[in-house]
Amino acid sequence: MLDNISILFQAPIFAVDLLVQGLLIGGIFVLAAYGLALVWGVMNVKNLAQGDMVILGGYVAYQCTLWGIHPILALPIAFVVLFVLGWGVYAAIIRRVVDRDMFTSLLATFGLSLLIQQALNLRFGPEVKIAEAGFGTFDIGELSIPAIRFVGLGLAAILAICIVLFMRNSRMGQAIRATSQDPRAARVLGINTDQVYAFTYALNAAICGAAGVLVAMIWNIQPFYGLVHSIRAFIIVTAAGLGNLPGVIVAGFGLGVWENYSGFIFGAEFAVAAVVGLLVVVLMVRLFQMYRLRQVVR
Amino acid sequence: MRFLKMDLRAATVAAALTASLGLAAAPAEAKVEGDTIILGSAISLTGKYSTNGIHAQNGYELGVKVINDNGGVVVGGKSYKLKIVYYDDESTPARGAQLAERLISQDGVKYMLGPYSSGLTKAIAPVTEKYKIPMVEAEGASRSLFTQGYRYLFAVLSTSEQYLASSIELAAEIAKKNGKKPSDVKVAMAFENDPFSLDVRAGVVDDAKRFGMKIVIDDKLPRDLSDMTSTLTKVKALKPDLLVISGHSKGAATAARQIAELKISTPMIAMTHCEAAKIISKFGAGATEGILCPTQWAETLSYKDDLFGTAAEYDSLFKKSFEGYKNVPYQAAQATAAVMVWKDAFERANSFDSEALRDAIADTDMNTFYGGIKFSPAGNNIAKPMVLRQIQDGNLNVVAPLKWASSEARHPRQPKY
Repeated sequence: MLDNISILFQAPIFAVDLLVQGLLIGGIFVLAAYGLALVWGVMNVKNLAQGDMVILGGYVAYQCTLWGIHPILALPIAFVVLFVLGWGVYAAIIRRVVDRDMFTSLLATFGLSLLIQQALNLRFGPEVKIAEAGFGTFDIGELSIPAIRFVGLGLAAILAICIVLFMRNSRMGQAIRATSQDPRAARVLGINTDQVYAFTYALNAAICGAAGVLVAMIWNIQPFYGLVHSIRAFIIVTAAGLGNLPGVIVAGFGLGVWENYSGFIFGAEFAVAAVVGLLVVVLMVRLFQMYRLRQVVR
Repeated sequence: MRFLKMDLRAATVAAALTASLGLAAAPAEAKVEGDTIILGSAISLTGKYSTNGIHAQNGYELGVKVINDNGGVVVGGKSYKLKIVYYDDESTPARGAQLAERLISQDGVKYMLGPYSSGLTKAIAPVTEKYKIPMVEAEGASRSLFTQGYRYLFAVLSTSEQYLASSIELAAEIAKKNGKKPSDVKVAMAFENDPFSLDVRAGVVDDAKRFGMKIVIDDKLPRDLSDMTSTLTKVKALKPDLLVISGHSKGAATAARQIAELKISTPMIAMTHCEAAKIISKFGAGATEGILCPTQWAETLSYKDDLFGTAAEYDSLFKKSFEGYKNVPYQAAQATAAVMVWKDAFERANSFDSEALRDAIADTDMNTFYGGIKFSPAGNNIAKPMVLRQIQDGNLNVVAPLKWASSEARHPRQPKY
């Protein structure tokens, strides 16, 4: 471990390398986490199928490459497909659990997660798949960085900006925000909250789908890989807090960087452990903060 | 109302009980039916191992078909046909063990063929051992299967610790040729954290120790591996002479891709599952040039037998018999070899007694298109080595061991990223 840290000091170029790679990958984490924060915040549904929707989006991209469509063009396709699917899932399942207690929604979305995994396994088989974009590698001095990671970050940024503008300015965006603040008041004011919920859930699915396309291009996908993406999204949202978009962005990028550094320093087997460890630290810090806050209030 | 419900439930339970009792009582003697010898196997036809499970099933079926077409199995002067009863274990060990129990105690199968993967074999071996039913398996390579003292378990394939050990030997040879000491060689290792890959790792560590090589990286990859950036960055920093990787197909796919993306310049790279992950067709001949891939079997080897002919003849027969194969996976070839071991054992034992058959299998010493088969007292095959192939201009050419090498190893690797 100490050897690895000393490498970073002796040859800072590798520290920069890890930092850049981590930041580039962080954009995807932000997308999935933002979607989760949306559904969690607006509907109080903890969507355990979040990562599986990401993977599903990846398979849409993979299927597109089989049809000869470039995976970049698959991004809008996956967005639309997952939006429709998300709406359908809301109508069939989520509508029935949205007012129930937390465990019902956890159980329902967990079932959904299993369903997506097995369906993908039946259709595409268990081998890992890649939607190859064929962009090659960027060389900056001694750094070699896959060009697709830059493209991925750019696409994620564009998508994120569009969503933020949509939430700020459109009627539906305002309705979603109103519903998240007080669903009863929103209903009194004539907002069809059921439709708002359906739209929110579908939008989340669509964001996940787009993130999945990026995952399939940058990394690889497999029917059972959803869980890690779900865990990452939950960690980011928990660390950032609901309704805190800047927090989600910082936490997402931070997570990407931290995963790379901890993989380098502690070894690849501890990368995920380090991430979860970080979550524990964040939760403890928050606890102390709140404790102090309570004392002040008292 | 409540009473009625209770009654219904009781009735269902009773019905289920009688049904299961009836099932258990029905067929007890099914090992040899008329002129057919019944073999049994739980195999992964669905779930995460289904791709290779189906390869193995095809291998079994081709073995049965060719044996039946060529006079069957002769026991006591009479010719018998072979037939295999399959159950789908859904790639889960617990289900595999249940199904083995069912094959033996309900279907009366007395002769078993193995499932796919070390994990499933590990789950089934205690069952066959309990009932003293010999099992010839072809797809469980983990060394730990052969340290339990199992008496009825036999494997035709080379065990996992041999998978990448030959690459260490090759690195030592090359170092000597270049006027360096083998102990100067720096080795980087990246292995998935699962029983199979850790077995492969153990073999590499043993051999590296034997030559006094220095292990500079020893990373364990997570099960849901999709990014190796941090490990490969370390490889860039420490510049090892040899990089060895094992993590099933996903490990090979991830590694081959990111090695090219990050332009890793390590002169020698060896990884398992190159073929299963189809790295040449996925990432191109240029990016994968020079990567060393161990294999249990290759159609270019000069092994042969009377039933299938040479390895190349088996290869073309297999492609003719099953659609959609561009390359014949070794998983299929070794499955066929397992059926051949059963035929040979039946004929030498000249009996259907499972104890006599066990002893006959233990005494096996035969040459097949798949290689020599001779079992150690622990049950693993010691007559067949692992071969090492290198990707050269998009082809997989055998480079080690020297006895079967068709081309010379290219060193250092000269990929075109």
